[in-house]
Parts: sequence; structure tokens; C-alpha cells
Amino acid sequence: MSPPTLYALSSVALLLVALFGFLTSRNLVRRVIAINLLASGVFLLLVAIAARGAGTPDPIPHALVLTGIVVSVSTTALALALIRRIHAATGRLELEDAEPEGPA
Amino acid sequence: MWLLDAALAIAMPILAWRVLTVTDLFKAVVLFIATGLLIALGYARLQAPDVALAEAAIGAALTGALFLDLLGSIGPRLEAERDSSSSPDGSVPDHRGTEPHWATPLRLLLGLLIAGLGGVLAWALVTLPAPRGEIARQVEAAMPESGVSHAVTAVLLNFRAYDTLLEIGVLVLAAVAVWSLRLDPTAPGAGAVAEDEPVLVHAAAILIPCMVMVAGYLLWAGAHRPGGAFQAGAVLAAAVELLLLTGLVRAHTLPPAGLGALLMLGFAVFLAVAGGVMATGAPLLTYPAGWEYELILLIETSLTLSIGVILAALFAGALPPRSVSHDTTNEGR
Repeated sequence: MSPPTLYALSSVALLLVALFGFLTSRNLVRRVIAINLLASGVFLLLVAIAARGAGTPDPIPHALVLTGIVVSVSTTALALALIRRIHAATGRLELEDAEPEGPA
Repeated sequence: MWLLDAALAIAMPILAWRVLTVTDLFKAVVLFIATGLLIALGYARLQAPDVALAEAAIGAALTGALFLDLLGSIGPRLEAERDSSSSPDGSVPDHRGTEPHWATPLRLLLGLLIAGLGGVLAWALVTLPAPRGEIARQVEAAMPESGVSHAVTAVLLNFRAYDTLLEIGVLVLAAVAVWSLRLDPTAPGAGAVAEDEPVLVHAAAILIPCMVMVAGYLLWAGAHRPGGAFQAGAVLAAAVELLLLTGLVRAHTLPPAGLGALLMLGFAVFLAVAGGVMATGAPLLTYPAGWEYELILLIETSLTLSIGVILAALFAGALPPRSVSHDTTNEGR
């Protein structure tokens, strides 16, 4: 198995773990962490696919992933600022209408 | 080297699982930073040095710092809540309260569905046709007219400059959105939390000029080797945030108008260049022949300054308190 395929499969595992974590966590900070890991997994997948084949890898997915990383940090920053406000207003790190029986 | 690849490939998902199942959020964030750094190593192994730099600086370090900033602000209350709540049994434990054992069958079903998705993705991956490299060849052929000699920079700031323009627009929007949330810069855990740490303060005084130099080098080097505006901006943002954390610079001494100007500078310059060429009848973002390198350098420099300010402004305590007092006078509206 070539290194790119190895990393591609690993990134699939990474994003699946992150997806499961995102869907089953109620703590908001943990969900934002899961979103970040999900994004990282997808980016790694894109770069791994681009690294297949001989010669220098295709630079366009690299530029795409670079853009994605930057947008991902701005999203995280906004999400964390919102969490800060939620915590200041309600004292909890979960959404108020999170039902124990399952997702809304 | 395959041993390193195998170790990385196995470690990343396992570490991610640990990140999402540890009880303590602080430990989760530290593990998250470690995962990010491993991913950066993976990018380096996949011959993507630009992406590796960006992931290490922005994806792992800056994002991790944002999380730590948040945990530091709400940390004391978390401690109290954890002491007063009992830990749950079996299910994924969170930092506080009991995680209701809601629908473990549902969780199992979700796990099965996700595993199924994984199977489909893995099958799709191993049956991918061999790459033809069509677009990569076109990029290679167009490099001489791009103004720079590094392919990723050429794609980011010339061939796909439109995407980068929108990207910096998103960054500006995020900064404006975070600022308009009016987070209290005088809250505990915001602002100069580290000013009593003598080692850090003295180390910062030495490190910060070095970081500014590294940022300048990364910016300059982006034209012909891995580097560029975003990596340089991230290092600059770390330097600015270090200044604020150690109290070497106080947020209230920073003029809000100047900060706002620096925030907008990158986007404004980029937009001006993009639109300016349209005055001569050329399509959006078509650099005039012979001027590509100079324009790219101008845009990248403005971008670096803006990104440095924007990413640092996303931390708590980076907002000058003057705007908070302005807000309280309008509270009744």
C-alpha cells in the first residue's frame, strides 16, 4: 500500500471518528473540537488523493486545503465566541433544549 | 520511512478517539493540538509543505490556543461544577453533569451507519483510477506567466486569486462578528493573564522580534518556496497575542481605528487590485503583464498584516475596552 493510500484510509478513519464524536457529544466545546477534527480529516484526504502518482503533487488541492484551514480557524473562533456568550448567559456548556431522549 | 507513515496513520485516528472521549476538556484540547501536529507531519510526508506549515501554525497551534483561551476564561466555573456533579457510567463522559444514557441502541446504530460510510469511502479510495495529472500539467505550463516560481503561491494568488479574495473576506467577517459579540475584555482570564510570569515575559521580549522576522521571511519566501501570506500572518498573530498575554502591550493603548484599518487593509488592497484592473477593461483579477510579482507581493504583504491582526483579534481581551464602555451607554436600545 503506497503512503498516499495509507494516509487516505487513515484520514477516513479520522473523519469518521470525528463525525461520530460530533453527533454524540452534548458538550459544545467538544463538538467544536470534533468539527475541527472532521475538517482536518477531510483536508488530509484531499491532500492524500493529490499525492498519488509520480512526480510533484497537484498544487491545486494544496491551495484548496490551505484556504480551508484558514476558513476553519475563523469558524472555530466565531463558534468559541458564541460559546463564551452562551456560557455567560446560561452558565452551561450545552444547548438549553438538548433533550436526553435524542437529537431534536 | 514506511514505518513512520504507518505509525502516523495508525496514531491519528486513535488520538482523535482519545480527544473525544477524555473527560477533562483541557486534556482534550492538548490532545487535539498533538493530533494537529501529527497531521502536519502527515502533510509533510505527503509532499505538501505549505499545507504542513499552515496546519501546524493555524490548524493545531492557533486553534488550540483559541480553545485554551476559552477554557481559561470559563475554567474556574467549570471546576466548581465538576466537583458538585457525579460522573456518569459507561457513556461518553463530559466535563460536567451526567451524560444521560440516551438511547445506547441509537448510538450503536449511528456507529454502524458511520462504519458503513467508512466502508464505502475506503472502497472508493482503493478503486480510484490512476491520476492523469491534467490540471497539474496546465498549472506547470502556466507558471512562467504567474510572476512567482512556487506553484502553490501561484495558484493561491494568481490562478485562483478569486478564492483567496473571498477567503480574506471570510476572515474579516469572522473578526467583525466576534467583535460585535461584545465579549467582555475585563472578564477573568482575558487580557494580560501572564504578566506575572517573569520567565514568559522575558522570553516573549526576546521571541517577539524573532517571530516578526520569521513572519517577514515566510512572506518573502512564499514566492519561490513553501511559505506565503497565511503562514506569515499566523506567526505574526502569535506574536501579537503573546504581546497582549504578557502585558507588554495593553489592549486599551491600541487605537481602535488603527486596528480596524489594519483589519481591513488586506481585503481592501486585494479588492482594489482586483477591481482596479477592470478599469482597463480586463476581467477581474487579471494582473497586467510584467507586474504580476510586484502586485502579488503587495497583496501578500497587506494580507500578512491583516491576517496577523485578525487572528490575534479573535482572542479574548484583544478588544480595546473603550468600545465596551461605548456599548454600555447604548444598552437601553
